Amino acid sequence: MKVLRYLLQKEFKQIFRDKTILAMMFAMPIIQLIILPLAMNFDVKSINLAVVDHDHSTYSMKLLNKINASGYFKLVAASPSFQDAIQYIEREKADVVLEIPMGFERNLVREGQQPLGISIDAINGTKAAIGGNYLLSVIGDFNQQIPINATGFKPMGVIDLTWSNWFNPLAEYKYYIVPAVLVLLLTLIGGFMAALNIVREKEVGTIEQINVTPITKLEFISGKLIPFWVVGMIVFTLGLTVAYIVYGIWPVGSFLTIYIFAGTYLVALLGFGLLVSTYTENQLQAMFVAFFFMMIFMLMSGLFTAVDSMPGWARVIANLTPVTHFIKVIRMVVLKGSGFADVKWEFLYLVLFACILNGWAVYNYRKTS
Amino acid sequence: MNPVVLDHITKTYENGKVLAASDVSFEVASGELFGLIGPDGAGKTSLFRILTTLLLPDKGNASVLGLDCNKDFEEIRRRIGYMPGRFSLYQDLTVKENLDFFATLFGSTLEENYSLIKDIYEQIKPFNNRRAGKLSGGMKQKLALCCALIHKPEVLFLDEPTTGVDVVSRKEFWDMLKTLKQQGITIVVSTPYMDEAMLCERIALIQTGKILTIDTPGKIIAAFPVPLYAVKAKDTYRLLTELRKRSEIASCFAFGDYVHITLKDNSNESQTDQLKQELIQAGHEQFEIKRIEPTIEDSFIQLMSQTYGR
Repeated sequence: MKVLRYLLQKEFKQIFRDKTILAMMFAMPIIQLIILPLAMNFDVKSINLAVVDHDHSTYSMKLLNKINASGYFKLVAASPSFQDAIQYIEREKADVVLEIPMGFERNLVREGQQPLGISIDAINGTKAAIGGNYLLSVIGDFNQQIPINATGFKPMGVIDLTWSNWFNPLAEYKYYIVPAVLVLLLTLIGGFMAALNIVREKEVGTIEQINVTPITKLEFISGKLIPFWVVGMIVFTLGLTVAYIVYGIWPVGSFLTIYIFAGTYLVALLGFGLLVSTYTENQLQAMFVAFFFMMIFMLMSGLFTAVDSMPGWARVIANLTPVTHFIKVIRMVVLKGSGFADVKWEFLYLVLFACILNGWAVYNYRKTS
Repeated sequence: MNPVVLDHITKTYENGKVLAASDVSFEVASGELFGLIGPDGAGKTSLFRILTTLLLPDKGNASVLGLDCNKDFEEIRRRIGYMPGRFSLYQDLTVKENLDFFATLFGSTLEENYSLIKDIYEQIKPFNNRRAGKLSGGMKQKLALCCALIHKPEVLFLDEPTTGVDVVSRKEFWDMLKTLKQQGITIVVSTPYMDEAMLCERIALIQTGKILTIDTPGKIIAAFPVPLYAVKAKDTYRLLTELRKRSEIASCFAFGDYVHITLKDNSNESQTDQLKQELIQAGHEQFEIKRIEPTIEDSFIQLMSQTYGR
């Protein structure tokens, strides 16, 4: 016990002496939480629209006014021909081209139907999809208000849809991303710091000296994991504070549940870091290996994109990373106020991850080569 | 039983391609200052790592203090001190913190065995609060020795303790080892410097994983089989190339300003005069030839050529 206490003391001394690491550990959560949610905003506000109006009728004017009035579009050009308009897309001046054919008004009134042409720049997939949808809903709305539709004979039994967003009424992106960034913080601390720290002992050679002492495997590993666990929890708390101060996000659910999960998750991630360190010889290798897995964790965990929209095989991979489960829980508890009983399966998953990763790492950590 | 026993140890790396130790056997007596002498890559560090339980041999048995290096590694680690070739203390901890740290790992304190390290520690004490990484090479060496001694080990393993240390510090270091030896600690030390071999009680000459010979330095030198001559001329390089071409020369190595040679036929003393005449005629200025006493390095080269036919 005395040995472990001294190990911890030494480890904290080293952490607090490395000014760069220390600054990174505490600046990272604050800066990431402030910048990322503001920058990563998927609410598309200004879609650049180029219009080709071949009709120049009252109806086409009305449609354009309506589109303009929606507030989501910015009219960048009114071109005489489609060839001309498409150049705006090619030059990235416009995102969408709307083509109103000749006889738009006449056909609408006489025939009761008229196709419209929409061309969307799909290089930025999100913007294209959302922009296209906005445009469609504006046109659909316009369609409803055409006199012939508005006053004419209406078939009975139309289903009118109305909806509300639960747990995030204004569908604001920050509620989606802030809890995820909290997870990101713990992941970085757990996955990188521990791995690099142990590998550094290998690289510098200090592990050689440690290995000839009677210190046990368990003592050495605990001496490495506990300090980073503590640091991780401090950073997490800092993150929660920033989330409240900057975004006013105060967890709906209990703090106890959040901390139990954060603690378990951190143990799992530290185990991952430890595992990386047992397979690598120097910090460069460890950094690379850890980074490779971190990228997979980040991109497949539902941090930025929903796991449910992934293909089956990808969902399997996503479920095999602890990050996915933790993000899910954090969002549920912070936004929805889920209790421990609602997320007990995720808890079991995390405990399982913690056991497997740590067990594997301890097994693979050898004092003799 | 001797405190350090190596019994037919073989260790290879990279699936047998690199031979680090080939059938190595030797024993170190209690309280002895034993030197493992060989050039870089001879396999010294591998033997140290086997003895300090950091490496498992492919074949053979090693024991320290009568304990098996494979099975009783925990007990061995408690009772030996090891100073790796590379400085392996925490560079971001101070001198005092490093000492306290290693003392605690062995369940001891700095005060408990203070008398053992006193002489060495007094020299670095003024730098107690300096970080280990900021110490000079000699200071680092002293600190590392202190850390290896802090738990009063019965056997001390020092892997190339003087590599990269200046001449004065090297001399100081060997004086320290002699003091430690007087306290009854068995010391195994390795070095690539042949001049340091003379400071050991017994030495093992090692080359590419093989032990060439084990004896006291004096006996090894005395066992040099043939007369050795030192030859000198103004143009050493030309002398060396010409000597190598001559048929009567058995071996020929540059040794500072001199070239050390042995002759194939040692029955006729006047051969050297003839050699002198011929070389002076060949235009060598300031030519000089004399019989000399061999050094450990001569013995090493001679044993190496004998073993490997070079």
